[in-house]
Amino acid sequence: MRQTRAVEVGTGLFVLLGMGALFFLTTQTTGGDDFSADETYTVEARFENIGSLRNRAPVAMSGVTIGRVTNVTFDPVTLEAVVEFVIDSQFSQIPDDSDASILTSGILGSQYIGLQAGGSDIYLENGSEVMFTQSAIVLENLIGKFLVNAGSKDDD
Amino acid sequence: MTKLFRDVYDSGVEFVRTFGAFQLFFMQLLRHTPAMLIRRFDLVVKQVFNTGALSLVIIMVSGLFVGGVLGLQGYSNLARFNAEDSIGVFAAFGLIKELGPVITALLFAGRAGTSLASEIGLMKATDQLSAMEMMAVNPVQRVLVPRFLGGVIAMPFLAAVFSMIGLFGTHLVAVELLSVDVGAFWQQMQMTVDLEDVNEGIFKSLVFGVAASLIAVWEGYNAIPTAEGVGRATTRTVVITAIAVLVFDFMITAFML
Repeated sequence: MRQTRAVEVGTGLFVLLGMGALFFLTTQTTGGDDFSADETYTVEARFENIGSLRNRAPVAMSGVTIGRVTNVTFDPVTLEAVVEFVIDSQFSQIPDDSDASILTSGILGSQYIGLQAGGSDIYLENGSEVMFTQSAIVLENLIGKFLVNAGSKDDD
Repeated sequence: MTKLFRDVYDSGVEFVRTFGAFQLFFMQLLRHTPAMLIRRFDLVVKQVFNTGALSLVIIMVSGLFVGGVLGLQGYSNLARFNAEDSIGVFAAFGLIKELGPVITALLFAGRAGTSLASEIGLMKATDQLSAMEMMAVNPVQRVLVPRFLGGVIAMPFLAAVFSMIGLFGTHLVAVELLSVDVGAFWQQMQMTVDLEDVNEGIFKSLVFGVAASLIAVWEGYNAIPTAEGVGRATTRTVVITAIAVLVFDFMITAFML
């Protein structure tokens, strides 16, 4: 009887430790999903170039995540990228002339949409479109421009 | 020449026959599983203790050192790109998705698989299994199923413990020893690792658990009932489990990507 009791206690401890480890792995090592909202509204924005923006990328205002990208498509008529994203309904007072730009967290980090507040009295609502957008900064283009500038300076 | 052909043909047929028998054996184990879980759960608990709880020490020590090595290697490689801060991401992906499940399965084969195979093989060699049949006790149900289930239950927990201890090992080396920023270490990890990555690791360890326990039980049950046969069964358990785990690992990774 003593023997089985020790075995049962040992097994119980082992399973608890295993579950603890699983809990640790699922909660402490992950955590990218810091955005969760019950009610959201969908907003659309058009960009010339979205870089490597992906679905589920965060939408941030002043650095705080307030939404998430839900859909990235390409408009065959205007030849622009159309990004749909949802914003938590509790942030319902974002001026409709705010501008959206695609930013990078860190130098090699993932890309996200940053909203910069405008001054309008009309707020963004479900289905509205962000008027002012700024495309992702593509490193190659930047280097290209830099080289062109450097070259033209030498000519002077 | 004809003899060569016949030998090749015979060994081919023999391989297919063994493979088929293996599948039927698996089905037989699965058929007895529900009854065993409901009626004789105490037997399963005892096997979880034998295969799982008693393997904890080797799993934890190995995890700590594997994590530590990841910290050292990762640091020296990432430092070339000035990306030491990404070492948490590097270690977490490595441990959770690959090293945790795979090394745990290999250690499990060496620590628990061999003991299962030799225990069952010895039971067979000393006619204990035949004696059970004489008493109308089904040895598959009474001896094999609990051992199989014990391994299947224990493996995901062992792999999770391995990954967790491994991460602490990396933390110890990277943060305490090489003074990588502790915030960057954990925060970048949390930003990059998704729940899907953890799930992939858990899924892998489940598959490996089934494969490793099944092979151990099968080899023990089909051992030639002599001292040499039991020894050979033990060796084959480790060899076949190692190959099966690495092949499955490749296939699952290919499917998941």
